[in-house]
Amino acid sequence: MRHTLAVLVENNPGVLARVAGLFSRRGFNIDSLAVGRTENPDVSRMTIVVEGDARVLEQVTKQLHKLVDVIKINDITADEYVDRELVLIKVNVDPAQRGEVMQIADVFRARIVDLGRKTLTLECTGNDGKINAFEESLRPYGIKELVRTGKIAMLRGSKYTGLQDNGARDE
Amino acid sequence: MEITVAEALVKCLEQEQVEVIFGYPGGAILPVYDALYHSSIRHVLVRHEQGAVHAADGYARATGKVGVVMATSGPGATNLVTGIANAYMDSVPLVLFTGQVPTSQVGTDAFQEVDITGITMPVTKHNYLVKDAAQLPRIVRNAFHIASTGRPGPVLIDIPKDVAQTVIDFKYPEMVQLRGYKPTYRGHPNKIAEAARLIAASERPVIYAGGGIINSRASQELLALAETINAPVTNTFMGLSSFPGDHPLFLGMLGLHGTRAANLAVTNCDLLIALGARFDDRVTGKITEFAPNAGVIHVDIDPAEIGKNVQVHVPIVGDVKQVLQELLARLEKRNDTRWLEQIQAWKEQYPLAYRRDDGELKPQYVVEKLYEITRGDAVVATDVGQHQMWVAQYYRFKRPGSLISSGGLGTMGFGLPAAVGAQIGLPGERVILVTGDGSIQMTMQELATAVEQELPLKIIILNNYSLGMVRQLQQLYCEGRYIAVDFKFHPDFELLARAYGIRGYTLRTEKDVDDLLPGALEAPGAVLVNCLVSAAENVNPIVPAGKSISEAIDC
Repeated sequence: MRHTLAVLVENNPGVLARVAGLFSRRGFNIDSLAVGRTENPDVSRMTIVVEGDARVLEQVTKQLHKLVDVIKINDITADEYVDRELVLIKVNVDPAQRGEVMQIADVFRARIVDLGRKTLTLECTGNDGKINAFEESLRPYGIKELVRTGKIAMLRGSKYTGLQDNGARDE
Repeated sequence: MEITVAEALVKCLEQEQVEVIFGYPGGAILPVYDALYHSSIRHVLVRHEQGAVHAADGYARATGKVGVVMATSGPGATNLVTGIANAYMDSVPLVLFTGQVPTSQVGTDAFQEVDITGITMPVTKHNYLVKDAAQLPRIVRNAFHIASTGRPGPVLIDIPKDVAQTVIDFKYPEMVQLRGYKPTYRGHPNKIAEAARLIAASERPVIYAGGGIINSRASQELLALAETINAPVTNTFMGLSSFPGDHPLFLGMLGLHGTRAANLAVTNCDLLIALGARFDDRVTGKITEFAPNAGVIHVDIDPAEIGKNVQVHVPIVGDVKQVLQELLARLEKRNDTRWLEQIQAWKEQYPLAYRRDDGELKPQYVVEKLYEITRGDAVVATDVGQHQMWVAQYYRFKRPGSLISSGGLGTMGFGLPAAVGAQIGLPGERVILVTGDGSIQMTMQELATAVEQELPLKIIILNNYSLGMVRQLQQLYCEGRYIAVDFKFHPDFELLARAYGIRGYTLRTEKDVDDLLPGALEAPGAVLVNCLVSAAENVNPIVPAGKSISEAIDC
């Protein structure tokens, strides 16, 4: 099963290497990892999607906790949360096909961010189901380039993943 | 106070009451050594950086204090890596300082530059590259705290040369502030109560105690637990010396080369009480058949160890000493003797044994004699291999922490420098190194350190002219195709001792051992005793690879 972890870490140099190194040497599989600073410039937040059963997840969480730079870990998989990913896709499009592709973009509420003589570059956000569907509908035109950010996530409602106690499940 | 970072570092060490530094200087660490010139902290100059880190490791194990190491950048730093990994695997508190090339050159493949924080990330509890000079005092404060609390481990601080020379306003932080690091010491009361209930309900309990007992100084509590509930105790290799080796409830070591009594007790128990142990593969053998019918109580300060290898019924995260104190308050005296009778029967049926009738000097005999002469009252360091297992089997430890050996990593070459560190930490104690002819030659250069520091180390080489443990594996698993295990040449160790200006002995027979070993151990100064022992001797019993620990054989 896939789990989504919200991990608060010290914004220190090397912290990404510590987390990535831990996953590789313990043989844990990262599906995606997105990292950036939070409202507090000393603290970064990683959203890690990891594949594994309950036992693997327990080890992932416990081993992450052993890193001194890791401040807090929430497994938000079972909570209500909003998750988003952003994708940029460059598609082969002849001028004659532009209309079709723009219609697809409309359906997915994607935006056209660049236009070349024979290409269109589109931007789309959503959960990975939507992003995957968007990618599939563009595939017949020929995708020249695709880049995804990895998932970021946030709890719904008044719960939050912060440094203070927050009512979310703290693993 | 306006001083350089190098001077501040020395002040920090004084604040941490560091008495001795094991190190080896070089260009990038020059400013720090210069600052050390005016300090009263003792510096022990080793002959190789690996010796420094093992010596600090032995010092830390012997004294319970944090071992401190200094080395220069590049090769100085990489030479520490084996020792750091060794300390990490055995949970030994170390703080290591390495010089680094100046900040402006970092990342340019400069002379003697290596990314030591990157290299040591997987084998340190934490590490730092000091970029902001003003942060140094806080970093050192944090490093000592991290190394010595919770599950102990090594912490490395890498200091670029220009940072060491930067002037800062020095003040040693009073408080440690680490929001991501808060070890749990107190076990959950509900879990402790549950453990007490399981113990009361069990008919065949076994206590399985590891190195955590020694780190937490919980030997008294362990003894009290065993005697209160009348349960037999087995030790992991790292746990040896935490429980009296001559106690009637002691089963000896368990696992790969454990006693049959210990392995049978664990296999047949209905409750396994794991204390500061981590279900290592050398202990469990085939893991699905390890304590197959037992409920498991697991006490450990490292939550990640609980549930890592086996399923646990009562997990208790906490300091084992505190947890045992709270558990003892909830326990009543138990006197069920049927299980103990069974244990006693196994002990009598399967004693540790070796043949003595073939006229050769047996290594086990030397270890037994050492025990007799010292009556278990010595600090024994070992290297890695057959001799290490014979010490584990035949030396009955009395005092907690009196076995100093590389358990998790199994580092040949650990013994001599570790014994040097132990003797420096315990100047009044008898420190004996039991080593092998393979191991000693990996770090033999530290004999010079021992002599220079005027240490009365007693070094016993169990010399079988071979890498006996590997030889035994080749006998068992490669149908006797021995390759790269027999030495055709050794230096004359007795002469070598003389070259270092110390006494040397060569013992060839049991009579030699009887006549000369007591005197050698009493002789002043360092002594090297070369025991020419039977080459064909194997460590028995042994659990074949992939088998349950109840299926040990003799080979």
